[in-house]
Order: sequence, then structure tokens, then C-alpha cells
Amino acid sequence: MPSATLLGQALISGVLAGGMYGLLALGLSLSWGLLRLVNLSHFALAFLAAYLTYELGTTYHVEPWWSAMLIVPAMFAIGVAQHWLFDKFKVNELASLLITFSFAVVLEVAIQLYWTADYRRFETHYSTLSIKAGPFYIPVLELVLCLVAGVLAWGTWLWLRRTYVGKALRASAEDADIAAAYGIDHKKLAYLLSGIGAGYAGVAGTFIALIATLAPAQIWAWLGVVFAVVIIGRLGNPLGALFAGMLIGASESLAMAVLSPAWAPVVSFSVLIAILLWDPDWL
Amino acid sequence: MNANALPRLAAVLGIAVFAILPTAGVPAFYESFFYIVFFWVSLSTSWALLSGFAGYFSLGHAAFFGVGMYTTATLTTQFQVPFLATVPAAAAIAALLGIGIGAVVFRLKRLRGELFALLTLAVTFVIATIILNTPIDGGAGVFMSAVPMPDIMPTQTGTIYVLGFAMCVLTLAIAWKVAHSRLGMGLYAIHDDEDVAEAKGVPTFRYKMAAFALSAGIAGAVGGIHAMYVGFLTVGGTFELTVPLYVVLMSVLGGSRHWLGPMIGATVITTLLYAFISGGEAMIGRAIVGLILIVAILWLPDGVVPAVQQWLRRRKAAEVEPVAVVVPVVPAAARPVGDRNILEVRSVTKRFGGLQALDGVDLDVREGEILGLVGPNGSGKTTLINVISGHFPLTGGTIAVDGVEIGRLPAHEVAGRGVARTYQIPRPFVNMTVLDNVALAATFGGPTRPAAEIRDEALHWIAFTGLAGKEDSLPAELNLHERKFLELARALAARPKLLLLDEVLSGLNPAEVDNAIRLVRAIRAQGATIVFVEHLMRAVVELSDRIAVLNEGKLFALGAPREVMRDPRVISIYLGKAYAA
Repeated sequence: MPSATLLGQALISGVLAGGMYGLLALGLSLSWGLLRLVNLSHFALAFLAAYLTYELGTTYHVEPWWSAMLIVPAMFAIGVAQHWLFDKFKVNELASLLITFSFAVVLEVAIQLYWTADYRRFETHYSTLSIKAGPFYIPVLELVLCLVAGVLAWGTWLWLRRTYVGKALRASAEDADIAAAYGIDHKKLAYLLSGIGAGYAGVAGTFIALIATLAPAQIWAWLGVVFAVVIIGRLGNPLGALFAGMLIGASESLAMAVLSPAWAPVVSFSVLIAILLWDPDWL
Repeated sequence: MNANALPRLAAVLGIAVFAILPTAGVPAFYESFFYIVFFWVSLSTSWALLSGFAGYFSLGHAAFFGVGMYTTATLTTQFQVPFLATVPAAAAIAALLGIGIGAVVFRLKRLRGELFALLTLAVTFVIATIILNTPIDGGAGVFMSAVPMPDIMPTQTGTIYVLGFAMCVLTLAIAWKVAHSRLGMGLYAIHDDEDVAEAKGVPTFRYKMAAFALSAGIAGAVGGIHAMYVGFLTVGGTFELTVPLYVVLMSVLGGSRHWLGPMIGATVITTLLYAFISGGEAMIGRAIVGLILIVAILWLPDGVVPAVQQWLRRRKAAEVEPVAVVVPVVPAAARPVGDRNILEVRSVTKRFGGLQALDGVDLDVREGEILGLVGPNGSGKTTLINVISGHFPLTGGTIAVDGVEIGRLPAHEVAGRGVARTYQIPRPFVNMTVLDNVALAATFGGPTRPAAEIRDEALHWIAFTGLAGKEDSLPAELNLHERKFLELARALAARPKLLLLDEVLSGLNPAEVDNAIRLVRAIRAQGATIVFVEHLMRAVVELSDRIAVLNEGKLFALGAPREVMRDPRVISIYLGKAYAA
């Protein structure tokens, strides 16, 4: 059994790493829960954003925060364009899964053609910064990531709960026809939501560029875990996505510390399977 | 030469040519290309057995395939079992895994659709991790190079080719057989509406398990052979995401509800990929396949094969003259109501959480009788139909049909004991023609008969309900009136002792109501006992021998129509008490 310090450190890094799961899950959860569209290309968009951040940072020395100002609106536009396609062809849930998978493959190829299959690392002077709290180290970048994810998740949650636009969206997700009969313009809202979801992929991409090593095949690396997070957090619930992300991150990290790193994937999926079989009311 | 002879001859010739190909001195490149085609055809067809036919969309096909691969690898390298003997073992272990997963997952009604897809995906990751961390793989991978290859063909690639081909033919034969059997019919019905399928007598749980076991077993066998082909297994390479996704894409592109669909999709995609890889443009090839798929799914959402079939159907339909709908005049010679009770409901209760939908209902229905079931909205009429037909489990009490207790039986067994029902809002199987809809009910509801007899019976009831000429139409092409009558035809084709009709008349215009009333009389004249829920009082009074009034989950009144409807207590629950009466 590892020492308490080691476990504590594992817990902290796990929760912080889970912030990334949560951030990626946020956009997916919104489109799946409220638009009934499963967007596999979310990961590819996040990586496209990461590569763009990397490119702007290394070639033109643009600070990532500034590139995000450019990239996030661009992702929003891509999200809107994607939704135009779904809307025009009245795509259902399963077809959306297949189409966005194909789209992700196309993006992966495009990324590989331009940036090659080599591993890329965006070195910045803050990538190694960390705060020392007692015996524990807290990496600054991950902390910022979690704060941003928290603000976005909480903001989205408030937006969906408290504003008319948000309530209209939730009503449309329950029953689009009835909502339309009450004068809700579901289509316009769906475009907005789709754009926001893709925008969140852009935000996640900025952090991926700063934290992770980039390679085109990495697009698929988080797919399983993040889908588990989306389901555990409950479809369409932004705060749930974030908490589930942190829960999974923490349990993975603890499993790595106690067992061995190779056992980590079992944790998230066992949690998912257990929850699906338990079938609680809140799911 | 009849219409079937030509495709059959072509199939036999094709099989013969492909089987002797390795002895003809064809370059190894072609053998390995064809092997890969066979591999994907087998894998995507096996996927379609569960996910295409029954609509349980799985993303976990790599789990069964991978388990098969590692079964063969472990048995050959660690236990020195001859390679060929390990292939059935691989199939068996993969099938057992499928049954194990199914036994848990199929009991939960919520785990349909995307949740099932993701659950199977999660299972894949768990199995991959377990294999990686145990001596089965140990993280180093397994080399198969020391395993002796049987000498079926002159060359090693030839042997692999022939095994892959045999597997492919076997898989297609199984898929064809399933598609044309009772099992396949049941699976198609499960795909369209599982609850209705169960109510029509399809043993849904058992059928899903059978489909899952077949699907997983074939994938396991394919994996066992593929282990020899790749020669070196790694967990990362075996359980990668591209396996389930390619399998899905191939099946969906070709048409996953048709036994031949996955084969066409797999051949097209594999050939395209191979063409680009051999041209040195593997990456571009992947992108182009991706783009083709986007286009294909947008324009051909059901796949190539169904699109072609539909086109053929339309051409054929254009030639046929439309037949006017006429409801046959059947002599409504009323048979005497018997003394025997066909249905005995005893202190039946049903609770949904805190809501007491049925609160101790006692009701006897006599043989040959028409019993009208009325009551205000929310009084429990439809719930009573749902518990009698086995759709909802009872909270308490007993229900007996013909003296046999059925209150605790699953819906398909209730249907098997001669209870048929209709739905207030018609729930036809949307992807089946009118004829298939009725034939399914005849197959699973009535006695076991040869297919030709079932077809005749189905045609009889279609004509009886005035749907003649619509046999090859899909339910979407019918209007509400016709769909209500399709509900009736399906119920009748099961030759029920007891027929439960849930608001067959709602939404019909007066002329259609007259038709329907005549039809219900004709049904009774054939010997069925009918319980019908209805709000339309004219029809209730005209048709019923007795009326039962439900209110707040209790039997409120029971008796002859005119007496019950004049009862001031009954009037008061419908209209409220008269002011200062």
C-alpha cells in the first residue's frame, strides 16, 4: 500500500486530470442530451483546435490565450455548419454517430497530412509551473483548466436552468413538436447549442495543446473514457459531466497508484457498467 | 428454369471458383486481399445478426473478435492444441461471453439504443485491460509463428485463404437461414417494436440471447482464424476502435437489416481501402472512405440493398392496379354466450410507485361474450388490458384464462395461451409490409403451421378487415383507419380465444365506426370472446352483452348495457352529480 502522501497526490492529480475529461464531456453531453446527436467528431475538433494553438504558438509566437480568441469562434462556426447538415438531412442519433465518425476520420487525415504523424509538444514556460501546498504539488495549468471547466459547466447549467432560452432548449429536448406548438424556435436554438458545443471543443483544444503531447491518433484515445463520463454525468447535464469527469479522473489515478497504471481503464468502465446495471433514477 | 435457379447456380459456381483459387497458382497478394475481404464480410455479417436484425446496436464487436483471437493464441501457444481445434473453442468462448453479457443487459429495458452501444464498448475496454494485465498477453504480445499450420492448401497463405473463405460462406449461410426463419422474423419485429413483438408472442429475451450468441460466436471463430493470419497479437491492435466502427459502417452502408447487406458494404469498403493502400495513398484512402460514408448515410440511410429493394418494389407497385377497400359483409349470426368463464380476474391490484392504478378488481368474462369496459379517463381500463396481456407485471391478485393462471407469465406466453390485444394508437412494425405484420402474428400467436398456410391465413384476415390490395404496403402508407384495421388483422391472425381491444374506434369518422362495429360483430361470430375499452357510448351500447364500469381502479358497476348506462351512480362519475337533483 502506498503512503498517504502518495495517495493524496494521486487524488489531486486525478481530480485535476478529470477536469479535462469533464471539459471534453461538456460539449458532447449538451449535443447528445439536448439535440439527440452523438458527436464523435468532438474529439477531432478539440485536436484540430490543439494543433492550431500549437501552430500559432510555435510558428508565430502567439500566446495560447490569444489564439483561443480566434479558434473558439472558428469552432463555433464549424459546429453550426455541422448542424446545418444534420438539420437538412434530418439525421437521427445513430446516423449522427456514423457521420461524425467519418468526419473525425477525415479531420484526422487532414491533421496528419499537414502536421505529420510525429508527436508534437508545445513547450511553454508555464507548462511546468506548480504550487506547493503542504506535501502536495498542484500543477498550475491543470488547476486553471479545472477552473475554466468549472466556470463553463456552472455557467451552462445556470443558462439552461434560469434563462428562457435554456428552458426552451430543455423543453425542445423533451418533445420538439410540443415545444414548437408553444412557439419555441427549436431549430435556431439547436444551431446555437451545436455551436456552443463545438466552441467548448475549441476551449478543450487550447488546454490539450498546453498539457498533452499531440499526435493525430490521440484523437481516439479519450473517446471511451469521455463517453463513460457523459453517461455517468447524465446526458445534457453540464455540472454532472464535470463532476463525473473528476470522479473518473480520481478513481483512475488512485487505481494507478494502488494497482498499476495498466489497470486504469478498467476503473472508468467498471464504474460505467456498474452504474448502467444499477440503473438509478437520476440516470 | 425458375427464378431461383439462376442466383443459386451463380452462388454454387462462385463458391466453387473461390474454393479452388489457391491451387490455381494465383499470386499470394490476391489470396491475402481476398482473405481480408472474407474477414470483413464475416465480421460485419455477424454483427448484423444482432445489431442489424434485432436493432441492438453494438459497438463491442471487437470484444468477441478479440476474445476469439486470444483463445486461439493461448490454446495453441501455451497448451499446444492444434490450430484447427481452437477455432470452435474460440467461437464457444466468445458466444459464452455474449450470453453472459446478454443475460444481464437484456433484463434491463432501458439498455436499448445508444446505452447498449456504449455498454458493449465499455465491456471491450474492460476485457482488453484484463487480457493485457494477465498472463494471457502480459503486455508483451503473443507470437504465433511457432504454431504449425495445417496443410489444407499448398501454401500457408492458401490455407488461411481457404479457412477465411469457408468461414465467410458459413456466416452468410447462417445469416440467410436466420433471415428466413422464425428467429429472423422475431428479430425483425424486436427491431421495430420490442413490446409489441412480445405481446404478439415473440419470446424476445430468448431470441435476443440466441442472436447475441450467434453473433458473438461467429466473431470469435473469425478472430481465431485471424490470429493465425496476423501471426503476432497485441492488445492495442486487437481491441482497437476501428474494428467495431468499420463493422458498423460496412453493415450500415450495405443495409444491416438484410442478410446480404453487410457483405456488399464490406466488399466495397475493403476494396476501396485496399486500392488506396496498394497505391501508397493509405491516408487519403481513409479520408475518401470517410467522405463516401458521409454521403452514403445522408442519401441512403437504410443502406444500399434496401434502397435497391425499395426501387424494385416501386416499379412493381406501379404495374399493379389499386384495389378499392371494401369491408366484407359477414353474417353477424350471434352465437350464444356460454356459461364457462374464459377470463377470471380476481382481486387484481397494480401500483406504479405511489399511484394505485388498479385496486382489487374482480371480473369474469364468459365464453363468446362481448364485454364493454368503460370508465372515465385514468380509471384503469388500459392498465387492466396491460396486466391481462402480461405487459405489466401484477402487483397482486390472479388472472386465469380458460382456467389456467397467467398473471405471472411473460407477455409472449400469455399471447401463446390465446390472448391477443390491439393498441389504442396503432403500433405496427414499421419496416414490415402489411402481409408480414399479420403473418408474424399468425406465426407466433397461432398453432405451428407451414409457411404457406400462415401466408394464406394472413391473407384471409387482411381481406376480412378490408385491407386487400394493401398486402405489400408499409404501415406508413396506410391512413389511421387502415392502421386500426391492421391492428385488428394482426390480433385476429393469432386466432385468439380472448381478444382485448383498446379503443379501436377512437379517431374514426362515423362511416368508419359503422364498418368497425360490423367487423367486431363478425369477429365474435367466429367464436372469439372480446373485451373492449371504448369511450364511444353508441358503440358500447350497440355491441356489448355486458358493460363493466371502472372508476379509480375499482369495478364500479357491471351489467346489461342499458341498465348500467342509466344507473345514476354511473352517470355521476362521468358527468358529476346533478346540481340540486
